Order: sequence, then structure tokens, then C-alpha cells
Amino acid sequence: MSETSTPSPSRDTTDTGPASGRVGDRVFLGISRGAALTILAILAGVAIFLTAEGIPGITASPDEVKSGESFPSFVLPLVFGTLWSATLALVIAVPLAVAVALFVTYYVPRRLGQALGYVIDLLAAVPSVVFGLWGMRVLAGQLVGPYEWLERTLGFLPFFAGPASATGRTILTAAVVLAVMILPIVTAIAREVFRQTPVLLEEAALALGATRWEMIRTVVLPHGRSGMIGGAMLGLGRALGETMAVAMVLSASGVITLDLISSTNPSTIPANIALQFNEASGLTVNALIASGLVLFVITFAVNFAARAVVNRRKEFSGAHA
Amino acid sequence: MSTRNRSGDTLAPPPAPQRDEAALALRGWHQPRLPRGAGWYAAALAVVVASALQAGLGLPLLPSLLTGWAVLGIGLPSLSRAVEGRRKAVDRLVSIMVSSAFVLAMVPLVSILWTVVKNGLPVLSSEFFTYSMRNVVGEGGGIYHAVWGTVLITAAAAVMSVPLGLLTAIFLVEYGGDGRLAKVVRFLVDVMTGIPSIVAGLFAYALFVVFFGPGVRMGIAGAVALTVLMTPVVVRSSEEMLQLVPHELREAAYALGVPRWRTIVKVVLPTSMAGLVTGVTLAVARVIGETAPLLITVGITDSSNFTLFDGRMATLPVFTYSSIMSPGVPPEPSIARAWGAALVLMLIVMVLNLVARLVTYFFSPKGKR
Repeated sequence: MSETSTPSPSRDTTDTGPASGRVGDRVFLGISRGAALTILAILAGVAIFLTAEGIPGITASPDEVKSGESFPSFVLPLVFGTLWSATLALVIAVPLAVAVALFVTYYVPRRLGQALGYVIDLLAAVPSVVFGLWGMRVLAGQLVGPYEWLERTLGFLPFFAGPASATGRTILTAAVVLAVMILPIVTAIAREVFRQTPVLLEEAALALGATRWEMIRTVVLPHGRSGMIGGAMLGLGRALGETMAVAMVLSASGVITLDLISSTNPSTIPANIALQFNEASGLTVNALIASGLVLFVITFAVNFAARAVVNRRKEFSGAHA
Repeated sequence: MSTRNRSGDTLAPPPAPQRDEAALALRGWHQPRLPRGAGWYAAALAVVVASALQAGLGLPLLPSLLTGWAVLGIGLPSLSRAVEGRRKAVDRLVSIMVSSAFVLAMVPLVSILWTVVKNGLPVLSSEFFTYSMRNVVGEGGGIYHAVWGTVLITAAAAVMSVPLGLLTAIFLVEYGGDGRLAKVVRFLVDVMTGIPSIVAGLFAYALFVVFFGPGVRMGIAGAVALTVLMTPVVVRSSEEMLQLVPHELREAAYALGVPRWRTIVKVVLPTSMAGLVTGVTLAVARVIGETAPLLITVGITDSSNFTLFDGRMATLPVFTYSSIMSPGVPPEPSIARAWGAALVLMLIVMVLNLVARLVTYFFSPKGKR
């Protein structure tokens, strides 16, 4: 699509375009290029300032920070909690998002599908603090019963070993809230890649007598696979960095456990920062900033990989769109 | 592209042929079918079963719903398998799964909207909007200071990020082309959209610590954090809008001898103005609900503070957060205020989204999208 809709409006700056020598043009080019470079500078600044303020926290001795631990043993449970909650959220959200995208693209009339797509996008407009409020005051209470049931019936699995939390504010609840929060972006990207499926292939499959599901399975899903992977990774990036919902929903105690429903839960990096930052002072602040740097590196890597996958897809499908 | 035809206009198969001897003789290519609308009948039956279990037998809501769903999800495919064969049965099963997934995804949205409106609406009063929390213990007080803090900080963020983002988009579309710098910027802007909001907050804090010393809290730091989050959104949306401007318009201007920068200012920007406004509005809507960066850079206070450069300010999201997390004694009034602030915040975000859509609808050039 990008090939056809942008008939190279932008020649490069060295050519003798209209009036390229004029002062006004050179000034304007300078300003706009300066803005682009500023953005790069901001991104570099994020890395530089976090590193500069974080290094004292990494090298601080255990008795100088509030946690009383060296930096690796302070950050490791948090990294585990961050990855664990985000993975759980992804496991819940991705199948749901793909199904929702299929539903609005292939199972309802086109106009209705668009309207329903807007409704799903509405979820993305809800501020994260409202998600937190809802997860903590509404969802957690609703899940106490199911958690007790899970402990009784599936207690032999390490995930549901219990004892089940009496408040419902567990890592699984946090993961459900995270899943709801990343659902819109994963759905939006899945819809986008499904929309790019060549309609001729779809019609050919149907003409050969395929049922709707067989058409989706043989044409749509293989065509959209890398796009869906990229969308899932973008969702992962969001879930890794989400702060308020986890901070408000989870009652964390900083342990490493696979138990999903007990009242002792691993915390996550962003939630830990949000909860500790305002009471912290001295090198504890630096340690928190250093944990933020770790989070930045993780999310940057995930987003980098996701964008690479999604962009490759875009160029690839653009060739025969 | 917009005229693509979608299959999927009917949930039910064509009407069943008569099952007389002739049709049976032709079996193999005249497979018997379930009657038209079988899916809807099954769904209705599932609803009946679920409500009967819940209301009639007094079972809890969740098991009744699951049983009702099982009636639909297992019953219809089994029936279909017996009558129509395996392929149709799988198709029906998937249809049910996919539709259920959509309903399931709607549950949290409806639940959130419902609880926020139910708990927030009783709180809204003229006092709630015109009082700050200064010297308020227990009942009373309001969000006056928080609304102003949110408006000021978001406005400051917009003042910084809109020119930056717009100029970058102009560079990418009008000058950069497929050059190396443009490619790098485009990719990194994409990656930048994924920066966690708390990291943006930490960055702003680390930046201001250098100038103001440890423990710094001020509105402008929050605005810087929001700028980091908002700029990539502005760049992406503006870039898309500028690319929609037909190249013929630019060429017409060049042919008249208009310099390139005048072409951009007088032709390209006015043409895409509606789209640009929409993009900026959506970007504002996205950052106005950000809590984490403001929590660690701006903090919270009970009094009104209209100065971005002088100490803590209250903002709506942080006000909501701190009202619920440290409600004080007695907790009820504070929790009620948290719901009220959450409702106001959501209304602001919804209105901004609506405005953005209306701008696109009324002011975009006709015949586009």
C-alpha cells in the first residue's frame, strides 16, 4: 500500500528541485531535519540519563539501599515477575485477539465489523489507572471463588498450588487486566494483516468448496502469520511496561514462584518503581532507576524485534496488494 | 481496496433441501443441512438453559453461563456432525468459538464502563469540580486542582511535542524520502512508541535531577515525560496524513515557482489540516490518562498549583491513584472521590476521541476515506 500511495513526493535534498537554492528553503530544511535529529537525541538521552543515574544504584553496596540486597538479587525477582506476568497476559490475550479479529473481519457484515472494531478500540482509550481501579475493586473480588475452585480441583499443578488468595489480588488477576489492556493493539494489528489477505485467494478457496473455517485456516492464517507474531510482540512490549494496573491490582511480596493464585506474588519492575519511588531517597532512587534501565533494555529489544517483523511483513505484502 | 467484497454475510447455510428419496439418492453432492438459522436457535436455547439454571435452580452465575455455553458449543457441532458431516461441524464449532471470543472481549469493557459510571456519577457535583482538597478531611473537597494540573501539564507537553513531531513528519515526507536518516528516524520512532511510560518518567526525573538536585518534583518534568510519550504518536499520525496529500498539488505549486517551503506551509499543511488536528487530538487523549510518569515526576498535592516550575502539582490520574491507594480515615469518601475522578478522566478521553473523529468527518477533503 505504501508503494502506491506515496509516489515519492520526496526527492532527496541534493537534487535541483524547485528553488532548492533559496535561503528560506535551506532554513526550513534545517529546522525540520533538526526536529528529526532531536527525536533521535531524545531517544539517546533516555538511555544516557537512565544509565548515568542508574550506575550508582547498580554499584551501591547492599546496606546503602532500602532493599538491603545487592542489585542483581534485588532486580532478578522483579525481572522474573515482569516477564512472567507479561507472558501470562500474552497467553490469554493473543488467542482472544486473533479470534476477535477474525470475528469482525470474516463473521459479520463489513459495516458492522468496522463498528465493532471501533468498540474494541474503545478499550485502548480507557486510562490505565481506571483499569487498575476496576481490576482491584471489581475483578479481583469476582475471581476469589474461581481461584478457590482451581485450588481444590487443580491444586496438584504447581500453578494452582495455593493457598488461594482471599482478596483475589494475585498475579493471575494482574495478568487478566494486562490481557484486557493489550487486547486492542493485538486485535488492531491482526485485523490489519487479515485485511491485507489477497481477496482473490480467499474467493478461490471458497469457490473450491472450502468452508469458511477451511478458507481461514488455509489462506488467511498462513498469510497473516508473521503479522500476528509482530502484533503479539508489540502487545508483549506493552504488557512488560504497564505500570499502574499491576501496581494497583497485585499484592506483591517479591518472591519467585510459579503459583498463580496465592497471596504471595512476584512484583514487576514498573509496579515496584511506582510503589517505591516516592518513599525512596539516596541510592535507593538510583537502584530504582537502574531497574528502570533494565526494563528499558528489555522492552526496547522486544519492540525492536517486533517492529522488524511487522515492517518486513508490510513490504512483503505490499508487493502484491 | 475499499470495494473489496467480504464473504461472511450470513451465519446460516442455505435452506435445507427436502429429504425425500430423490435427495437421498443424490447424497454425496447434496449433503443434508441443518435448517437455516440453526445457530441462532442453538444460541437462544443456550440462553434459556443458562437463565433457567441461574434463576430456577439458583446456581451461581458463572457455572450457569458455562453450562449454557456448553449446550451451544458442544450440542450444535455434535448435531451438525451427525447431519452435515465433519467439515461443516468444525466450521460451526469455530464460528461459535470466534463469536464467543468477541462476547468475552466485550465483558471487561462493559463492566468497566458500568462500574465507573455507577460509582462515579453520584460523586459529581458542583463542589466536586470547584473545590481542591486543601484542608479537607473526610467528606467534601474536589478535583479542581487536579483538573487544572492535568490541563496545564498536558498543554505544556503538547506545546513541546506538536512542533517537534510535525516538523519531523514534514522532514520524513517532504525531504527525507527513502534516505538513510529518514529510514532510521522512522524505525526508531516506531520503537519509541513502545517506551514504557514509567521509563519516560524516570528519564524526566533523571534529567531534572541534574539541574535541580535529588527529590525534584515539578510540573514541567511531567510535561517532558509526556512529551517523550506523545511525540512518536504525533510523528506517525502526521506522517500518514502528509502522505495523503496528492502530489499533483505540490507539483502545481512548484510549477508556479513557489519555493518548496512555501508550498509546504501554504499548500501541504492546509490540505492535511483536518488529519493533523485529529492526530494531535488522539495523541493528547493518549497521554492525558498517563499516571506512572506523573506519579514519579510531579507527585501529588492537596492544593491548587498553577505554576509548572514550582513543586508538586495534582493531576487527575495521580489523584485517582492516591485517593484509592492511601485513602486515609475514614476511607469511604476518598474512594468515592477516586471513582468520580476516574469518571471525569474517562469522559475527557472519550470526548477527545469523539472530537478527533468529528474533525475527520466534517473537515477532511471529500472523497478521501
